[in-house]
Amino acid sequence: MADENGKSGGLKTAVAGLGDHLRNSQVWNSIFRPGSPMRADNQDSPRNRAYVVMNNVLYHLHPVKVKRHGVKVSYVLCLGGLSFFLFILLTITGIFLMFYYRPTSPQAYFDLQALATDVAFGQLVRNMHRWGAHLMVLTVFLHMTRVFYHGAYKPPREFNWVVGIILLLLTLLLSFTGYLLPWDQLALWAVTVGSNMAAYTPVFGEQVSFALIGGVQITADTLLRWYVLHVLFLPFIITIFMAVHFWRVRKDGGISGPL
Amino acid sequence: MAELPESLIKRAAQARAQADGRPYDVVLAEMKGEAPPEAAAPAAAPAAAAAPAAGGGPVRDLDAESSQFGVPRGLLERAMFARAKADGTPVPAMAGAGAPAAPAGGGGVAAPAAAPAAPAAPSGPPPGVRTQRLLTVVKANAIQGTTKEPTDKVNVWPHLLAIEFVALLAMLALLTLMSVFIDAPLLEFANFNEQPNPSKAPWYFLGLQELLAYFDPQVAGVIIPGFGLAALAFIPYIDRNPSVRPSDRKFAIAIFTVFVMAASVLTIFGSFFRGPGFNFTFPWRDGIFFDDLKTILE
Ligand code: HEM
Repeated sequence: MADENGKSGGLKTAVAGLGDHLRNSQVWNSIFRPGSPMRADNQDSPRNRAYVVMNNVLYHLHPVKVKRHGVKVSYVLCLGGLSFFLFILLTITGIFLMFYYRPTSPQAYFDLQALATDVAFGQLVRNMHRWGAHLMVLTVFLHMTRVFYHGAYKPPREFNWVVGIILLLLTLLLSFTGYLLPWDQLALWAVTVGSNMAAYTPVFGEQVSFALIGGVQITADTLLRWYVLHVLFLPFIITIFMAVHFWRVRKDGGISGPL
Repeated sequence: MAELPESLIKRAAQARAQADGRPYDVVLAEMKGEAPPEAAAPAAAPAAAAAPAAGGGPVRDLDAESSQFGVPRGLLERAMFARAKADGTPVPAMAGAGAPAAPAGGGGVAAPAAAPAAPAAPSGPPPGVRTQRLLTVVKANAIQGTTKEPTDKVNVWPHLLAIEFVALLAMLALLTLMSVFIDAPLLEFANFNEQPNPSKAPWYFLGLQELLAYFDPQVAGVIIPGFGLAALAFIPYIDRNPSVRPSDRKFAIAIFTVFVMAASVLTIFGSFFRGPGFNFTFPWRDGIFFDDLKTILE
């Protein structure tokens, strides 16, 4: 018994020693900059709390300090942040799906069938991508309403509201272009109904519809076109607008309010 | 010279008294240029005559000059050394109290030694001479104006980041649970020749599709969403009311709430209350025609 205890104690100290050694190494300290709680010598102090943000890539998103009411969950309800988080999740799961998906007819459909049966966690990731997309539409919309009710679009934030509307539009377009990709009856006819509405545009409705679906009616060409829009073009554009959006949140003086 | 505030003089006197080990009221009186309270020997005076000229040069009585011209003794002394150095003449011998303090950078050749053994007189200026002048009085405001009102702020780490992290985990948990239990729909292979009935747009467009049931396609499909979107985008430029207090913005809030409610009701209506032919149904009577959720409904 005693011997065993001694042994495990020895192992414990050895592991702890290794940990200390690692956390004091040059490699470790080159990764975690001063102020990081990951560092061995870190102490909790106002200065180091500032450094956690300032000495970090986080500084691109957050200032060192924010108004006290801005961290109340009841103020922003985390909706903007959650929209952004969902976008990141969608990017990750989307890249996973791209490994198993070909945007041609009929492979697209069969690839998704195979995903459910042949790929480890394939169906789970597909589910996350789909429900995440629906949730993102929801959170972005709710974020917009929270911004409105706080009057957070008033000067100097007018333009950021407009950027926000563009983000809403891009979110809808991302979701809509993704909707066609399974190439099943739901996808085909939902998109048909949706893009028929665009054809009602006065004067140049036909042209709008033609450009949108790449022809006079939905075909396999539409699939390719929407795939490229969905995985490349729209994410690229929305990323740029998000960068502007976050930048303006900070430059306009941080979170608005309090009421 | 501006009048020194009484409180400053008192503070200076206190400090000086402490440093020199002399009684406070003597020092204070001295600083104010008044007669000392009791017959405390007028400080440096008797020593004045003592020092003989060392090098035979001119003799200067700096204390006397200082009180005559109102220039601090230290400055006179420095000027004297500088002049001597520049002209290459010997430093004049000094009469008067107070062996000169080692002149900063004065560089006179052994000159200070020339003023010997004056009896240890209190250092400091003679009565009535002030050694500093008041250049300006800075008001309570800082010189540098700050435009920002101080606000109550907290560190992003840990206060905000902790909350964000929890929110992120909660969302991840919700999404994962949802995805474990509900499969994304995958219906039959796309068939151009067989339109399902009803055909519905994705749910976020069902509000618009619902409008199509009431209005001409051009109105419902293009004009209403087009103008609606433009109106949304221009809200900050239309609503010029600067207040963010809900009680000041009743009209704006009413309009926006009507918009949100209308969008929600139309969307729910289009999703759950429309059946074959996009005709009205009751979901509890005829079932739900909403393929996005087909996998749970079955
Ligand atoms: C992809 C979509 C979007 C993302 C990722 C996003 C993200 C964010 C984030 C993280 C914030 C910080 C405060 C918060 O979390 O509420 C914010 C603020 C803001 N957003 Fe968005 N947003 C999006 C869409 C929108 C939309 C649709 C609107 C309005 C039409 C909008 C207007 C604003 C405004 C005006 C602010 C400043 C609010 C304040 O200072 O209180 N955003 N956004």
